[in-house]
Amino acid sequence: MKPSRAVTLTASAILIICLLSSAAMLRVLDHMRHTGTQQEVLYLSSPRILKRLSLGYTGLLADIYWTRAVQYFGARHYAKANTYELLAPLLQITTELDPHLTVAYEFGANFLAPKPPDGAGMPQAAIQLANYGIRNNPQDWHLYYNLGFIYYMELQDYAHASEAFAKGADVPGAHPFLRIMAAEMAQHGGELRMAQMMWITAYQSSGDEDVRANAVTHLRALQVDEDVTNLEGMVSLYRQHTGRLPSNFSDLQTAGLLKEIPVDPLGQTYKLMPDGGVQVRDPDNLPFITKGVPPGYTPPPPKFLPSD
Amino acid sequence: MNSRITSIASNTFREAIRDRVLYNLIAFAVLMCGSAILVGQVSVGIERLVVINLGLTAVSLFGTVIAIFIGIGLVSKEIDKRTLYTVLSRPVQRWQFIVGKFFGLVGTLVVNTFFMAIGVFAALLWVSKHFQAADGWLFVAVYFIVLQFLIITALALLFSSFSSPLLSAVFAFSLFIIGCFADDLRGFAGGAQGIVHWLATSVFYLVPNFSSLNVISSVAHGQPVASAIVLANTMYALVYSAMALCGAVLIFERRNLK
Repeated sequence: MKPSRAVTLTASAILIICLLSSAAMLRVLDHMRHTGTQQEVLYLSSPRILKRLSLGYTGLLADIYWTRAVQYFGARHYAKANTYELLAPLLQITTELDPHLTVAYEFGANFLAPKPPDGAGMPQAAIQLANYGIRNNPQDWHLYYNLGFIYYMELQDYAHASEAFAKGADVPGAHPFLRIMAAEMAQHGGELRMAQMMWITAYQSSGDEDVRANAVTHLRALQVDEDVTNLEGMVSLYRQHTGRLPSNFSDLQTAGLLKEIPVDPLGQTYKLMPDGGVQVRDPDNLPFITKGVPPGYTPPPPKFLPSD
Repeated sequence: MNSRITSIASNTFREAIRDRVLYNLIAFAVLMCGSAILVGQVSVGIERLVVINLGLTAVSLFGTVIAIFIGIGLVSKEIDKRTLYTVLSRPVQRWQFIVGKFFGLVGTLVVNTFFMAIGVFAALLWVSKHFQAADGWLFVAVYFIVLQFLIITALALLFSSFSSPLLSAVFAFSLFIIGCFADDLRGFAGGAQGIVHWLATSVFYLVPNFSSLNVISSVAHGQPVASAIVLANTMYALVYSAMALCGAVLIFERRNLK
């Protein structure tokens, strides 16, 4: 073997071994860092300093911070965390770096507002973010819709919700439902109908597949809640008339209370329980339902079913 | 006279190509493909924005690095290799040498930017499936980036006409960074009083203003750029680079090359 060939072979072998070893070491390090008690820290929390450090390339830095916010929320949400300390600062940095990044207001406010573990449980921070977005993008009706949504869903503040929807409805090109929502809010309207309207608007007004799938999932959940309420009402009516509970849905059909055997939005029949309660057969595939689940049921982390 | 400048410019262009400058396009292509594919997986709703922001930022920064690292060596390399003496022994004047070098490097950067811009548009088409009318403003952002290269190239040449390559690189990078802070400098000058106000104002007018040439973030959102701004930026970049080039010529004319 020529000396140069020997060197080539040896160097190549060492290179491959070192590459594999470094990857293995990195895995060990990753494991140590995950299991350690490292605290998440935002080393640079001032949007003004970050803006200067970006050398004018603020758009790219905003995209990076938005991705960090999404990743942070996703990781905490997956871990069923009850606190999201860095979420609000990350969103503040993102939106100050790029005040026109509307996606950060729309999603960010919905990350902040809901109670843990679905969100950060910071509705006031969400409102602040949404208002900052409106100040910088007054012609985007989605932001008013978002603000009204938070007031209604998280704070049940009908007056402010109505005001936000009404302002959004005045924006040229706004979805016509905003006007209806403003009116419904002003009347403290029926909650189920209102919620259905909101999710339908979310579905129709978004081109993002994830948002549409999320809206479909919520609409399915609302449908189940409504079905279960109606069916349990029929069961109690049947009991009043006959003095006993129905043994199945056919009894309700025979009594003329039901036209056909009811099915849930996934096409599966509902279960009529011996105590007269109504349950879905597959609660794991119907996230966000509040009725029709077995007692003590713990839902899995939410997953979005493909939209129809 | 013009043919001499053209010859030096074309030789500078050829030399840059021989130096494998365009290899950066491979890194750029990988960056664009990677971002276009990966961002959709790790973020929400910013696929288009990332392609535009990352793409144009990369065009700007890659070009700036090339302009500085090649620009600082344009004169010193010719002196080190002693090829400068061969050139100047012919009927070529020193100013023609500097101007030719300038146009040669600018030409390289324009070609490089052209291919990178094609990459940005291709990635954008791949991500969003179709172009929008507002995407036309990206051309303005690319044009402003080219104007930025004019200034940086002229500055790199200015520094290389009297300094070593290392110091020239330090000066050029420093001035690039200060130029990115030009708007802050003006804000600082506005808030200061007395001599500090005059000093800060003077520095603001002296350093290149790259803030006004950076419209990447606004065009990414489809916001238009006023034609008056395009015209004013064009004039500014031409005047500033001509000023720096004149400085380079003046220094190089007086430089002792023995």
